Amino acid sequence: MTLAAAAAHSAHSGFLSPTGIEIAFVLVGIATLGAALVTVTTKQLVHAALWLVVALGGLAVEYLLLTAEFIAWVQVLIYVGSVVVLLLFGLMLTKAPIGRSPDADSGNRWAALGVAVAAAGALVWVVVDAFRTTWIDLDGPAQGSTEVTGTFLFRHWVLPFEALSVLLLAALVGAIVLSRKRSKEQS
Amino acid sequence: MHLAYPAVLAALLFCTGLYGVLARRNAILVLMSVELMLNAVNLNLVAFDVWLRDTLHSGQALTLFTIAIAAAEIGIGLAIVLAVHRNRGSSDVDRLRDTAETDAAETLPGDEADEIHGTEDQATAPAGKAKKAEATA
Repeated sequence: MTLAAAAAHSAHSGFLSPTGIEIAFVLVGIATLGAALVTVTTKQLVHAALWLVVALGGLAVEYLLLTAEFIAWVQVLIYVGSVVVLLLFGLMLTKAPIGRSPDADSGNRWAALGVAVAAAGALVWVVVDAFRTTWIDLDGPAQGSTEVTGTFLFRHWVLPFEALSVLLLAALVGAIVLSRKRSKEQS
Repeated sequence: MHLAYPAVLAALLFCTGLYGVLARRNAILVLMSVELMLNAVNLNLVAFDVWLRDTLHSGQALTLFTIAIAAAEIGIGLAIVLAVHRNRGSSDVDRLRDTAETDAAETLPGDEADEIHGTEDQATAPAGKAKKAEATA
């Protein structure tokens, strides 16, 4: 049924006549990808964390364009709000240099570039070849509004949700144990 | 919307993160690149969930779980990096070669080997050895 709907939808849309939402998606995608590239190539460590904010925020906008509204706000809250702050704390606690650090990249940079370009080429080729004639139908009610998310999360995914809380507790305990100073053994 | 747009963007973001994981030297920058890779997977999950119109909404549920697991991962990862930095005085992944299998892998090119001996000499008091054994245990 989905395929039939997509095929019917594809009759009046094409590569050369992008809709407004596609143009917005591509523009935000270019900004996101550029920010990600700066994140992995810049020599200033703190700037890398700040460009990561731009990349993750751009991804939140992409989720909004894909009508996954709740996930977009979760992305903003958890990634931009806590993960990047944690990374900045980590950079400060490990006494990262503030200015340009010449040894931010390791010696196997060119091998890494080759692997990444080869993987990007293969993945983009396969993905474009596979989904050349596939369209997402974004009309109708939003698929990821908070109401829908709450319904499917607490109706079908309750057990994984509870298991996830146990995992978060284990991670909390593990982080405390790892970062605790062992004063008994050191003295 | 054409499905190829989010899929291609996710593939390119994943490869950007892959480059960062392989090319970065600071452990925290490696963690940032891992976050980029996880986000690329999240974008794929959301796009395919919206495309398939699944009644269980598996893609979005798995995206939420991935975000939570990524938060746990970054907490544990930073705790490990901080512990390594406290014990070794460095968070460069290139210098953590204690478990290298061959002797050739332990010798670093250039002046970095000298730097390692320098930092180890400072910390090679008996307490330093104990700390190192504790770190490897």
